[in-house]
Amino acid sequence: MSEAATVDTANTTTAVDIRGVSKIFGAGSDAFTALDDVSVAIRENEFFTLLGPSGCGKTTLLRLIAGFEHATRGTVLLYGEDISDQPPYERPVNTVFQSYALFPHLTVAQNVSFGLEMLGREKSEIREAVDRMLKLVRMEPMRNRRTEQISGGQQQRVALARALAPRPKVLLLDEPLSALDLKLRKEMQGELKRLQHETGITFIFVTHDQEEALTMSDRVAVMNEGRILQVGSPREIYDRPGDRFVASFIGEMNFLVSKIESVESDRVRVVFPGGAAAFAERPKDFEPAGEVTLAVRPEYVRIENAGTPDTLPATVTEKVYFGTDTHYHLRLHDGAELVSRLQNARGREDTHPVGDRVGVRWATGSAQILKG
Amino acid sequence: MTADAVNPTETAIRERQVRRNWLLCVPALVLLVFAASGPLLIVLVYSFLEPGDYSGVIWKFSTEGWFQVVFSRDIFDETISLADAHLSIIWRSASLSLATTALTLLFGFPTAYFIATRPESHRAAWLFLITIPFWTNLLIRTFAIMEVVRNEGILNSALKGLGVIDEPIQLLYTETAVLIGMVYVYLPLMVLPLYAAMERLDFRLVEAAYDLYATRLRVLRRVIIPLVKPGIVAGSILVFVPSLGAYVTPRVLGGGKNMMLGNLIELQFGQGRNWPLGAALSLTLLVIVTVALLFYVRNVSRGSRYG
Repeated sequence: MSEAATVDTANTTTAVDIRGVSKIFGAGSDAFTALDDVSVAIRENEFFTLLGPSGCGKTTLLRLIAGFEHATRGTVLLYGEDISDQPPYERPVNTVFQSYALFPHLTVAQNVSFGLEMLGREKSEIREAVDRMLKLVRMEPMRNRRTEQISGGQQQRVALARALAPRPKVLLLDEPLSALDLKLRKEMQGELKRLQHETGITFIFVTHDQEEALTMSDRVAVMNEGRILQVGSPREIYDRPGDRFVASFIGEMNFLVSKIESVESDRVRVVFPGGAAAFAERPKDFEPAGEVTLAVRPEYVRIENAGTPDTLPATVTEKVYFGTDTHYHLRLHDGAELVSRLQNARGREDTHPVGDRVGVRWATGSAQILKG
Repeated sequence: MTADAVNPTETAIRERQVRRNWLLCVPALVLLVFAASGPLLIVLVYSFLEPGDYSGVIWKFSTEGWFQVVFSRDIFDETISLADAHLSIIWRSASLSLATTALTLLFGFPTAYFIATRPESHRAAWLFLITIPFWTNLLIRTFAIMEVVRNEGILNSALKGLGVIDEPIQLLYTETAVLIGMVYVYLPLMVLPLYAAMERLDFRLVEAAYDLYATRLRVLRRVIIPLVKPGIVAGSILVFVPSLGAYVTPRVLGGGKNMMLGNLIELQFGQGRNWPLGAALSLTLLVIVTVALLFYVRNVSRGSRYG
């Protein structure tokens, strides 16, 4: 194992280490900062996702690792080796492109063998690897087809096989599922997890789809405006968003303006403008004071009958049916709005009709105070 | 209108469209018959007639015209020998045209690549520069080249001034001068189809090849060239075909010694007063072009199932 840059957890090696990388396109007044002092360590064998809205810099970061772009500042290390100045063809890293970029003048099998041929591998070795890869992505029967004769999902598989065939140290995936329809996308999500598991290769996956990021990744980096805002497991990102952007970008979130009344050992008491009070988890990394934003997920907001002790008085303003659950839009007496999501069950259809006065509460641990 | 026309079925609409499309073809068909097939037929007929005494033809069947393309008959004892002059002209035409095609490809490929990789807003300006020479008459452009290559011309003066040579190089009235002239004249015809093919090239494929360990040279050989092959074929045809029949350039830059097929044909219809031979030579040119194209297209499209 490389001695360089081992991360906090034992037995994990850093595969890709991004250190203080900035990327500025253009110059002068046209200059655009795509990446702003980004640092992140991606571990060996993990499924790592870069998640963010379009233009957040996630694809630029991926292209920097691939070698298509070069950093304005900072370094990119691959297993401790500085690869910042290497051209793409010298980096043991392969990419699955958003457009797949399959060679239209070659067959499926020729596409898959391309990388190995360029590496100058033995003919027999290439043949074996191509067979293995085509079997892995279940494209064996199509091996002699031309790439425009196969469907989008099949092209996706070929693109994966082509990128995996040279056994790269890291596989980069640039929104590979965005061109597929929903059903196929779900299927390929499972397929990607399986491939990552079977090959043991580090995957760096770029997406703007938060659900994709949550279901597939070991860890997620949430990006916005050229910065990484938070890195963590899907659960950490979802349950303990580091700031307001992460909280609103991933899942749905109620934001309530309130004032800190008292800070206890593991919880804080806040008061809303209307005078009602509630509890939230005490933040671990900062000391909250004054006016703050309280964040609570809709599924943690419970609706009780009006007047129940320790609830905030509210009115149901709208009900939206989603099949598995129903969203209740509620207005607190100070005018603040929030949403509660309740799972549907037979016999519960008519509880809390629109206009009903209700009481709202949540468990202390499920509400958090946001930084800043 | 009939009820059918008011509420036409899909097939009726289709049929009407097909008929209308045929009508649109008519001008092209007329042009093809009267401007291409008709004259060609006349040339074919003339090549099997006897030459008139003062040009023109005598309507009497003869294969003498075709015979004279390859053989010559001694005027005194009727012995037959190969027509060396004709054969060397045919050979010169073929080799100079091939060289022209190769050189325009060599210069045109990087040029087209350069233009295709500029930002979209700049490309039109570059293409404009490429097409500027077309605005000037071919004869004038050829005389301009003459000014460059003659003994006291720009090229020799520059080389002399730089001390590279002491005596001027005799370029004018050599095959080299003809080649330089033809490459200059036909270069845009190579660049434009190459550019059209490269503009359609998906440069993400180039990135994919780099990513898969292909060095620059290999990306060129394994991805770019196979994908722009239709442009290479089109450009080569556009350059090779008119080169083979070139008339003005060899006449001005090659002098009398470096005749090409075009000049030989002109000679037969003019001073030579041998129209059947001229017609036969014209058809020989056509045959060479056709054979060369068939050979080329087949060879180029082999080994790649694309394009």
